[in-house]
Amino acid sequence: MFNRTAIAPLEYTRKLWMRSWVGLTMLFLYAPLIVLMIFSFNDSKRNVVWKGFTLKYYEKALNNDSLVEAMVNSLTIAFFATIISLVIGALAAVMLWRFRFPFKGLVEGTMSLPIIVPEICLGVAFLIFFAKVDWPTDLPWPLNLSAITIAHITFCFPFVAMVVRARLASFNKEEEEAAKDLGATEWQAFRDVLLPHIKPSLVAGALLAFTLSLDDFVITFFTSGPDTITFPVKVYSMVRFSVTPEVNAASTILIILTVALTFIALKYQGVKGISDAH
Amino acid sequence: MTETNQPIIQIRNVSKRFGKVTAVDNISLDIRAGEFFVLLGPSGCGKTTLLRMIAGFELPTEGQILIDGQDMSLVPPNKRPVNMVFQSYAVFPHMNVTDNVGYGLRISGVPKSEIRERVAEALELVKLGGFEDRMPDQMSGGQRQRVALARSLVMRPKVLLLDEPLSALDAKLRAQMQFELADLQDKVGITFVTVTHDQDEALSMASRVAVINKGEVAQLAPPSDLYEYPANRFVADFVGSVNIFEGTLTLDEPDKAAVDCPGLGKVYLNHGVTGPHGANVWIALRPEKIYLHVPGKGKAVRAAAQDAPDGHNFARGTIKGMSYLGDITLYEIQLEGGQIIRVSRPNLSRHDQEDFTWDDKVSMHWRADSPVVLLS
Repeated sequence: MFNRTAIAPLEYTRKLWMRSWVGLTMLFLYAPLIVLMIFSFNDSKRNVVWKGFTLKYYEKALNNDSLVEAMVNSLTIAFFATIISLVIGALAAVMLWRFRFPFKGLVEGTMSLPIIVPEICLGVAFLIFFAKVDWPTDLPWPLNLSAITIAHITFCFPFVAMVVRARLASFNKEEEEAAKDLGATEWQAFRDVLLPHIKPSLVAGALLAFTLSLDDFVITFFTSGPDTITFPVKVYSMVRFSVTPEVNAASTILIILTVALTFIALKYQGVKGISDAH
Repeated sequence: MTETNQPIIQIRNVSKRFGKVTAVDNISLDIRAGEFFVLLGPSGCGKTTLLRMIAGFELPTEGQILIDGQDMSLVPPNKRPVNMVFQSYAVFPHMNVTDNVGYGLRISGVPKSEIRERVAEALELVKLGGFEDRMPDQMSGGQRQRVALARSLVMRPKVLLLDEPLSALDAKLRAQMQFELADLQDKVGITFVTVTHDQDEALSMASRVAVINKGEVAQLAPPSDLYEYPANRFVADFVGSVNIFEGTLTLDEPDKAAVDCPGLGKVYLNHGVTGPHGANVWIALRPEKIYLHVPGKGKAVRAAAQDAPDGHNFARGTIKGMSYLGDITLYEIQLEGGQIIRVSRPNLSRHDQEDFTWDDKVSMHWRADSPVVLLS
């Protein structure tokens, strides 16, 4: 007992109650996901009790054409929605940061509306909108995904704008002035000084937009046409009959995909850079 | 380059208003090529606005700025032959020292070999040799400032603008940088224009100082003139420490004058003032120009008689406060009329500060050429 050093007031990691609290939180957060992943290897149709290890549901999932198609659709939509949200969001953030103009507060408020408005309302609104403008539904791939992509951009870009805006607040305007003082044009100053500063927030914003788009169900459900199905919608329709390990397998693939993507982004940017962006 | 009288910067009737606030109010002044010019003033007096107008980051509401004879009204900052060292230094955090210093040359398309040469030269000049690959966050404030200096000097500007260059440094480093900046300016021969609120900085570095108050030039003079011959109460009070007494001009002849100050008594001067007789004036008297004496020995009266033969510059008081500063001791003395006068006394020997203490009665005298008569 006497060979242990005393626990200092701020050494939370050495306190048993704190450790168990953290452990419980982790368990609460990740147990469902881990169960989902484990049961994707379960050799049972019912998927309630463990019957043995198998990879056949992965095989089945990858041979399920409509599931693969849904997955490809989801990734395609997420890709385009991310790119476009990034550009619009970053530009909007720079505009709100840089300029003073009439009704600026109103513009700022309106821009974040898609974040606040309940998704179901947005979904219905998009349904009515695309019906009213007679948006064509019989376009060839990937143009048949345009309606969903547009809807996704609408709720993704405010997130990008918010993250970039927060990052811009910490920008020292004298750096931009210094660049111009040294002979840089407006564009050169933007490229060489402002862009490197907001880069971490662009990566963080892109990650946000990508994951938001990838797993969106409600808005997609209302805007998808008869032949355009995305992964969440497909999973929903599969689950209506029964939760087979096939769904688990497909979900596991998706989880690994997004985790890998996030990991690459963090690796490329540095965790510090991204946490700085918030 | 030697100092010539040809102005490199001409500021003509320049005003700057932000909405209803007038930051710069009709300032006209010339800055000569090769001089170390300092804009000195309290915060919010418009000195930084003036500097930013020279750099091109603000446009004058009225008036005109000429650099090397050319009107700068329509010239954007990136096309002006001046470079600026910012208060925050504004070193690019994502570039190493070499890339920071070479940035201006790189974007203006200077060949790589020449960039390398000039960057090395500039780093040598600011004593940063060996720091080429450092990132800004691995450097101290003083080192980052040197990067900012090198980054500007490498462009070989006609004028280097410095915005509060020493304000973020600690006292020791600041004193060192004061000398280094003056030395650097001497070496490169570029005109320096510096903004500061620190009078020590201004006095030690400048060849000429413009004291700015409320957007106007209160006085433009070399540092010693500013201190010894302030033009008005603002300058006298802002530059250094001073005792100011209000009085009436009672005698004004070419070689002598006298001012009757209710708080201090009659003050005699050995030169004329050329003010209207009976005018309301102010007497400014620096603390270090007043001699302290132990009273009752007649020494003070004799010394006063010797220093001001036409009338004695003499006063009595009681020490009400003192602060020992090492090199000098500062006394606050209550005059017989009740007013407080500040006197400083060098500690020439180790025991000097023991001569006077609280509540001692003291006599004072000063030379007839010490007081300055201020008309405004």
